[in-house]
Amino acid sequence: MSVPLPGTPVAPASPPGRMDRPPGPRRRLAAALHRHAGVRLSLLLAAPLAWLGVAYLGSLAALFVTAFWSTDSFTGDLVRTFTWANFHDVLTIEVYRTVALRSLGVAVAVTLIDAVIAFPMAFAMAKLASPRTQRWLVIAVLTPLWASYLVKAYAWRVMLSSDGLLGWGYGLWATIATLSYLWLPYMILPIYAGLERLPDSLLEAAGDLGARGWRAFRTVVWPLTFPAIVAGSVFTFSLSLGDYIAVKIVGGRSQLIGNVVYDNIGAANNLPFAAAVATIPVVIMLVYLAAVRRTGALESL
Amino acid sequence: MRPTRLVIAAAALALATAACGGSTGGGGGASAPGATGFTPPKIEALKSLGASEGQVNLVAWAGYAEDGSNDPKVDWVHPFERASGCKVNTKVAGTSDEMVTLMKTGEYDAVSASGDASLRLIASGTVAPVTTDLVPSYKDVFAGLKLKPWNSVGGVAYGIPHGRGANLLMWRTDKVTPAPDSWSVVFDPASPYKGKLTAYDSPIYIADAALYLMATKPGLGIKDPYALDDKQFQAAVDLLKRQRQNVGEYWSDYTKAVQAFKSGDTVAGTTWQVIANLAEADKAPVKAILPKEGSTGWSDTWMVAAKAQHPNCAYKWLDWIISPKANAQVAEWFGEAPSNSKACAETADKGFCDTYHATDEDYFSKVHYWTTPIAQCLDGRTGVKCKDYSEWTRAWTEIKG
Repeated sequence: MSVPLPGTPVAPASPPGRMDRPPGPRRRLAAALHRHAGVRLSLLLAAPLAWLGVAYLGSLAALFVTAFWSTDSFTGDLVRTFTWANFHDVLTIEVYRTVALRSLGVAVAVTLIDAVIAFPMAFAMAKLASPRTQRWLVIAVLTPLWASYLVKAYAWRVMLSSDGLLGWGYGLWATIATLSYLWLPYMILPIYAGLERLPDSLLEAAGDLGARGWRAFRTVVWPLTFPAIVAGSVFTFSLSLGDYIAVKIVGGRSQLIGNVVYDNIGAANNLPFAAAVATIPVVIMLVYLAAVRRTGALESL
Repeated sequence: MRPTRLVIAAAALALATAACGGSTGGGGGASAPGATGFTPPKIEALKSLGASEGQVNLVAWAGYAEDGSNDPKVDWVHPFERASGCKVNTKVAGTSDEMVTLMKTGEYDAVSASGDASLRLIASGTVAPVTTDLVPSYKDVFAGLKLKPWNSVGGVAYGIPHGRGANLLMWRTDKVTPAPDSWSVVFDPASPYKGKLTAYDSPIYIADAALYLMATKPGLGIKDPYALDDKQFQAAVDLLKRQRQNVGEYWSDYTKAVQAFKSGDTVAGTTWQVIANLAEADKAPVKAILPKEGSTGWSDTWMVAAKAQHPNCAYKWLDWIISPKANAQVAEWFGEAPSNSKACAETADKGFCDTYHATDEDYFSKVHYWTTPIAQCLDGRTGVKCKDYSEWTRAWTEIKG
């Protein structure tokens, strides 16, 4: 790499014999970049920024713009004239409010369940297990991520079936259970990383000062690992909010926001309305991230 | 495209198809929507076959253009390539809407459109009329499939019928007694099978409710389950909202339906013949019938793109896929009734056409094939607006709640 990273020392001077020769184009470029920090930085950031701007924010912008169009209901062609109708329908028709609240409920439930399961697991991994066991536990947590989403969801379908291992039947609770299982590793790993950084000495100090288990947890462990839990919750919350496949497989007759979006694209070919519906989870996530930011969790990640 | 040629071609087509149209008769009884509904853009049909272009690009349902890659024994693409000199490039589409979108790119020559896509393709000028004289096997196609509202407009054929099937009522014989003969078993609000019923997860299922109302609430005056005005539509939606209370789950993935019937999570509901066969093969005690009210169903049509770059090869494919041997192969592989009357002699399972009621016009006269609901009422009513498919989709979201 010819571009020196900011902060790295200048390359050692060339061997004496080469000093007389004029510097090659590579060296001149390196020198110029070294002198102009702004150029250096913009070159470094150009690719990721282009990616972020075009592929990521661009598609979000396209989504938002599309939401103000409509389709010719018969031929399915896009009608590119401005209309509020899609947002009006999303906000005024009751079923979309119901579906949005249900999706929100599922996302919250999955996040809470995962947090409750993941914390003791991560604590055991980080603080109680021997280094050797620790490695195996991390592998065990990661293993389910190697299996296909669909295989795992269908496995839950078989387990939940009335003659299956669990036999709970299908529905919203089945969906929450399946999603909790699917996203659990995304909660365990950030909490594990957070607990790893928590020095054991702090726990010992708490014990020396007379704090029992619960008090040590409440006053020492919890405040220090809270950002990690929030980081994990961003994963579980957003993944649950956008999911539409698990609910199709184990959800019985219920539907979530993702299904409404999918049906409007897949069945109705109504991209603008789907885009309007899709802004609901985007708004929910923005509110959630703003709330997370206030906790300061994003700074300490 | 000179206008005179176009007019002559259209006139010739109209004459030819009018002549054919006289002999068809029977069937669903709905008149062609083109007569009262929309006027498709004027597009010229191919008048005569020329030399092969060497390849053809198809948009097809999974299982409609098998080249032996799924099962070495299931291959009707390579024999076609050898016979016609046209290399086949197939793009498999998962939904009718994907098909519409793909065809609009203009990169494909032919498509196997279901009735809920075909009219949209015609109206948007994406597909051209088909000169059926250039498809020799067309004469052997069952009369009940020719010039129907989903494959023709104003007596002009826009495609070649591929095959058809009915959405049946299936139940677990050990759990549902007495054996039902009516859709009432899935629509009765006081069903004893609450939580164990299933329904097809698509807006087009609203037509199933309309069909049931057609028989049970004649006062609503429903003539065609795909042509519903405000009041009729509301009645169907209300019926489905009440049904939802009893539904255990909606299905759109047929393997999911097979599994639910096998495990007993579902004991009654709408199904396809192929699902019934698979469940029976797995020793599930199920039975599937066409209930007394009749049923909805599908009838697929091969259509040619208006801007086809390989029209000759496309026509050759159309003729190949409904030729007796290939039509029998695709029908057996997919699990539907073939469209060619001579295909029944070519099936590997000699009882196949009986199982799928291929020759049973009486059976199919009770089947209302899927077609795209449009604002102009498909049953020929004027002065009243019907609900179009986008409204069906919105309603379906509301029904599922």
